[in-house]
Amino acid sequence: MHKLEITEQDFDIGAEIEHLKRSSVGAIASFVGIVRDYQSGPELTSLTLEHYPGMTEHEIERIMQDAGQRWSLAAVTVIHRVGRLTPQENIVFVGTASAHRKAAFESAHFIMDYLKTQAPFWKQEETTAGSQWVDARVEDDDALAKWTQS
Amino acid sequence: MKIRYFAWMKDHTGTSAEELRVPDDVNTVGELAAYLRTLSEGHGTALRNLETVRVAVNQRYAGLDTAIQDSDEVAFFPPVTGG
Repeated sequence: MHKLEITEQDFDIGAEIEHLKRSSVGAIASFVGIVRDYQSGPELTSLTLEHYPGMTEHEIERIMQDAGQRWSLAAVTVIHRVGRLTPQENIVFVGTASAHRKAAFESAHFIMDYLKTQAPFWKQEETTAGSQWVDARVEDDDALAKWTQS
Repeated sequence: MKIRYFAWMKDHTGTSAEELRVPDDVNTVGELAAYLRTLSEGHGTALRNLETVRVAVNQRYAGLDTAIQDSDEVAFFPPVTGG
Protein backbone atom coordinates (compact mmCIF):
# COMPACT_ATOMS: atom_id res chain seq x y z
CA MET A 1 0.00 0.00 0.00
CA HIS A 2 2.97 2.24 0.61
CA LYS A 3 5.00 3.11 -2.44
CA LEU A 4 8.32 4.93 -2.15
CA GLU A 5 10.68 5.75 -4.99
CA ILE A 6 13.87 7.80 -5.08
CA THR A 7 14.63 8.16 -8.76
CA GLU A 8 16.30 10.19 -11.49
CA GLN A 9 13.29 9.51 -13.72
CA ASP A 10 10.26 11.73 -14.08
CA PHE A 11 6.85 10.47 -12.93
CA ASP A 12 3.38 10.55 -14.48
CA ILE A 13 1.17 12.55 -12.08
CA GLY A 14 -2.09 11.18 -13.45
CA ALA A 15 -0.91 7.58 -13.34
CA GLU A 16 0.30 7.98 -9.77
CA ILE A 17 -3.07 9.34 -8.66
CA GLU A 18 -4.89 6.49 -10.44
CA HIS A 19 -2.59 4.02 -8.71
CA LEU A 20 -3.91 5.22 -5.32
CA LYS A 21 -7.53 4.30 -6.17
CA ARG A 22 -8.83 1.16 -4.48
CA SER A 23 -11.76 -0.25 -2.56
CA SER A 24 -13.07 1.94 0.30
CA VAL A 25 -11.16 5.02 -0.91
CA GLY A 26 -13.32 8.12 -1.21
CA ALA A 27 -10.61 10.77 -1.28
CA ILE A 28 -7.15 11.17 -2.78
CA ALA A 29 -4.98 14.20 -2.02
CA SER A 30 -1.76 14.88 -3.90
CA PHE A 31 1.07 17.36 -3.78
CA VAL A 32 3.54 17.95 -6.60
CA GLY A 33 6.66 20.03 -6.06
CA ILE A 34 8.24 21.49 -9.19
CA VAL A 35 11.44 23.39 -9.93
CA ARG A 36 10.68 27.11 -9.75
CA ASP A 37 12.45 29.30 -12.27
CA TYR A 38 11.62 32.62 -10.60
CA GLN A 39 13.63 33.72 -7.59
CA SER A 40 14.88 37.02 -6.24
CA GLY A 41 18.51 36.49 -7.27
CA PRO A 42 20.10 35.53 -10.60
CA GLU A 43 18.07 33.34 -12.96
CA LEU A 44 18.04 29.62 -12.11
CA THR A 45 19.27 27.35 -14.89
CA SER A 46 19.14 24.00 -13.05
CA LEU A 47 18.85 22.33 -9.67
CA THR A 48 20.85 19.26 -8.63
CA LEU A 49 19.49 17.10 -5.82
CA GLU A 50 21.85 15.00 -3.73
CA HIS A 51 20.67 12.40 -1.20
CA TYR A 52 21.97 9.85 1.27
CA PRO A 53 21.02 6.46 -0.22
CA GLY A 54 19.62 4.18 2.45
CA MET A 55 19.04 6.82 5.10
CA THR A 56 16.75 8.83 2.82
CA GLU A 57 14.51 5.80 2.21
CA HIS A 58 14.51 4.97 5.92
CA GLU A 59 13.49 8.48 6.96
CA ILE A 60 10.66 8.69 4.42
CA GLU A 61 9.39 5.22 5.40
CA ARG A 62 9.32 6.40 9.00
CA ILE A 63 7.34 9.55 8.06
CA MET A 64 4.87 7.44 6.01
CA GLN A 65 4.41 5.10 8.98
CA ASP A 66 3.85 8.04 11.35
CA ALA A 67 1.19 9.37 8.98
CA GLY A 68 -0.45 5.93 8.89
CA GLN A 69 -0.70 5.96 12.67
CA ARG A 70 -2.25 9.44 12.82
CA TRP A 71 -4.78 9.00 10.01
CA SER A 72 -6.67 6.10 8.53
CA LEU A 73 -4.99 5.73 5.12
CA ALA A 74 -5.66 3.14 2.44
CA ALA A 75 -2.53 3.99 0.43
CA VAL A 76 0.39 6.40 0.39
CA THR A 77 2.85 7.19 -2.41
CA VAL A 78 6.02 9.27 -2.14
CA ILE A 79 8.27 9.79 -5.17
CA HIS A 80 11.30 12.07 -4.90
CA ARG A 81 13.64 12.79 -7.76
CA VAL A 82 17.41 13.20 -7.49
CA GLY A 83 20.05 14.37 -9.95
CA ARG A 84 19.93 17.39 -12.24
CA LEU A 85 16.56 19.04 -12.87
CA THR A 86 15.61 22.08 -14.91
CA PRO A 87 12.85 24.67 -14.28
CA GLN A 88 9.27 23.33 -14.53
CA GLU A 89 10.38 19.73 -13.94
CA ASN A 90 8.71 17.67 -11.21
CA ILE A 91 10.72 17.18 -8.00
CA VAL A 92 8.41 15.41 -5.58
CA PHE A 93 5.03 13.66 -5.53
CA VAL A 94 3.09 12.88 -2.35
CA GLY A 95 -0.26 11.15 -2.66
CA THR A 96 -2.55 9.90 0.09
CA ALA A 97 -5.77 7.91 -0.20
CA SER A 98 -8.42 7.58 2.49
CA ALA A 99 -12.13 7.13 2.99
CA HIS A 100 -12.62 10.87 3.57
CA ARG A 101 -10.95 14.10 2.48
CA LYS A 102 -9.79 15.34 5.90
CA ALA A 103 -7.40 12.43 6.44
CA ALA A 104 -6.17 12.64 2.85
CA PHE A 105 -5.51 16.41 2.94
CA GLU A 106 -3.96 16.49 6.39
CA SER A 107 -1.72 13.47 5.94
CA ALA A 108 -0.33 14.75 2.61
CA HIS A 109 0.46 18.08 4.30
CA PHE A 110 2.07 16.29 7.26
CA ILE A 111 4.23 14.09 5.03
CA MET A 112 5.49 17.09 3.03
CA ASP A 113 6.30 19.13 6.16
CA TYR A 114 8.30 16.28 7.65
CA LEU A 115 9.97 15.37 4.37
CA LYS A 116 11.18 18.96 3.96
CA THR A 117 12.92 18.98 7.34
CA GLN A 118 13.89 15.33 8.00
CA ALA A 119 14.63 13.49 4.76
CA PRO A 120 18.29 13.84 3.75
CA PHE A 121 18.21 15.65 0.40
CA TRP A 122 20.23 18.72 -0.51
CA LYS A 123 19.64 21.14 -3.38
CA GLN A 124 22.42 22.84 -5.30
CA GLU A 125 21.30 25.68 -7.55
CA GLU A 126 23.04 26.59 -10.78
CA THR A 127 22.27 30.15 -11.79
CA THR A 128 23.55 32.51 -14.42
CA ALA A 129 25.88 33.81 -11.67
CA GLY A 130 27.30 30.43 -10.58
CA SER A 131 26.33 27.54 -8.34
CA GLN A 132 25.48 27.42 -4.66
CA TRP A 133 23.98 25.06 -2.07
CA VAL A 134 20.51 26.06 -0.94
CA ASP A 135 20.18 27.05 2.73
CA ALA A 136 17.54 25.46 4.94
CA ARG A 137 14.55 27.70 5.65
CA VAL A 138 13.38 28.60 9.15
CA GLU A 139 9.80 28.61 7.83
CA ASP A 140 10.10 24.87 7.13
CA ASP A 141 11.00 24.19 10.76
CA ASP A 142 8.14 26.42 11.89
CA ALA A 143 5.76 24.44 9.69
CA LEU A 144 6.50 21.34 11.77
CA ALA A 145 5.32 22.96 15.01
CA LYS A 146 1.63 22.65 14.17
CA TRP A 147 1.91 18.84 14.07
CA THR A 148 3.45 18.60 17.53
CA GLN A 149 0.95 20.84 19.34
CA SER A 150 -1.57 18.77 21.30
CA MET B 1 35.45 3.90 10.65
CA LYS B 2 33.61 5.15 7.58
CA ILE B 3 33.01 8.89 7.48
CA ARG B 4 30.68 10.53 4.96
CA TYR B 5 30.08 14.17 4.05
CA PHE B 6 27.26 15.68 2.02
CA ALA B 7 26.41 18.90 0.18
CA TRP B 8 28.75 21.86 0.89
CA MET B 9 30.61 19.91 3.57
CA LYS B 10 32.10 17.55 0.99
CA ASP B 11 33.20 20.54 -1.09
CA HIS B 12 35.35 21.61 1.88
CA THR B 13 36.68 18.18 2.85
CA GLY B 14 37.41 17.34 -0.79
CA THR B 15 35.84 13.90 -0.42
CA SER B 16 32.35 12.46 0.08
CA ALA B 17 33.60 9.43 2.03
CA GLU B 18 36.74 8.28 3.78
CA GLU B 19 37.78 5.20 5.74
CA LEU B 20 39.82 6.16 8.80
CA ARG B 21 41.47 4.61 11.80
CA VAL B 22 40.55 7.03 14.54
CA PRO B 23 42.52 7.44 17.81
CA ASP B 24 41.47 5.26 20.76
CA ASP B 25 40.30 8.27 22.76
CA VAL B 26 37.62 9.12 20.21
CA ASN B 27 34.44 7.63 21.68
CA THR B 28 31.65 9.99 20.65
CA VAL B 29 30.52 11.88 17.54
CA GLY B 30 31.66 15.16 19.11
CA GLU B 31 35.14 13.77 19.80
CA LEU B 32 35.25 12.43 16.24
CA ALA B 33 34.37 15.86 14.83
CA ALA B 34 37.13 17.46 16.92
CA TYR B 35 39.62 14.88 15.58
CA LEU B 36 38.47 15.29 11.96
CA ARG B 37 38.95 19.07 12.19
CA THR B 38 42.68 18.44 12.61
CA LEU B 39 42.99 16.46 9.35
CA SER B 40 43.07 19.40 6.95
CA GLU B 41 42.13 23.04 6.60
CA GLY B 42 39.06 21.96 4.61
CA HIS B 43 37.95 19.54 7.31
CA GLY B 44 38.37 22.35 9.81
CA THR B 45 36.15 24.63 7.74
CA ALA B 46 33.48 21.95 7.16
CA LEU B 47 33.21 21.10 10.86
CA ARG B 48 33.88 24.53 12.31
CA ASN B 49 30.35 25.22 13.55
CA LEU B 50 28.71 22.00 14.75
CA GLU B 51 25.49 23.82 15.66
CA THR B 52 24.67 24.01 11.95
CA VAL B 53 25.69 20.42 11.23
CA ARG B 54 23.46 17.34 11.34
CA VAL B 55 24.89 13.93 12.24
CA ALA B 56 23.86 10.34 11.48
CA VAL B 57 25.38 7.14 12.86
CA ASN B 58 24.67 4.06 10.74
CA GLN B 59 22.16 6.09 8.75
CA ARG B 60 20.06 7.17 11.75
CA TYR B 61 19.97 10.70 13.17
CA ALA B 62 22.32 11.01 16.14
CA GLY B 63 23.80 13.66 18.42
CA LEU B 64 27.28 14.87 19.32
CA ASP B 65 27.20 12.73 22.49
CA THR B 66 26.27 9.54 20.61
CA ALA B 67 28.80 6.76 21.28
CA ILE B 68 30.58 5.36 18.22
CA GLN B 69 32.90 2.46 17.38
CA ASP B 70 35.21 1.39 14.55
CA SER B 71 32.54 -0.52 12.61
CA ASP B 72 30.19 2.49 12.44
CA GLU B 73 29.35 4.73 9.50
CA VAL B 74 29.21 8.35 10.64
CA ALA B 75 27.79 11.05 8.37
CA PHE B 76 28.02 14.83 8.68
CA PHE B 77 25.70 17.05 6.67
CA PRO B 78 24.00 20.46 6.63
CA PRO B 79 20.29 20.92 7.39
CA VAL B 80 18.30 19.19 4.65
CA THR B 81 16.69 21.05 1.73
CA GLY B 82 14.63 18.51 -0.21
CA GLY B 83 11.00 18.55 -1.29
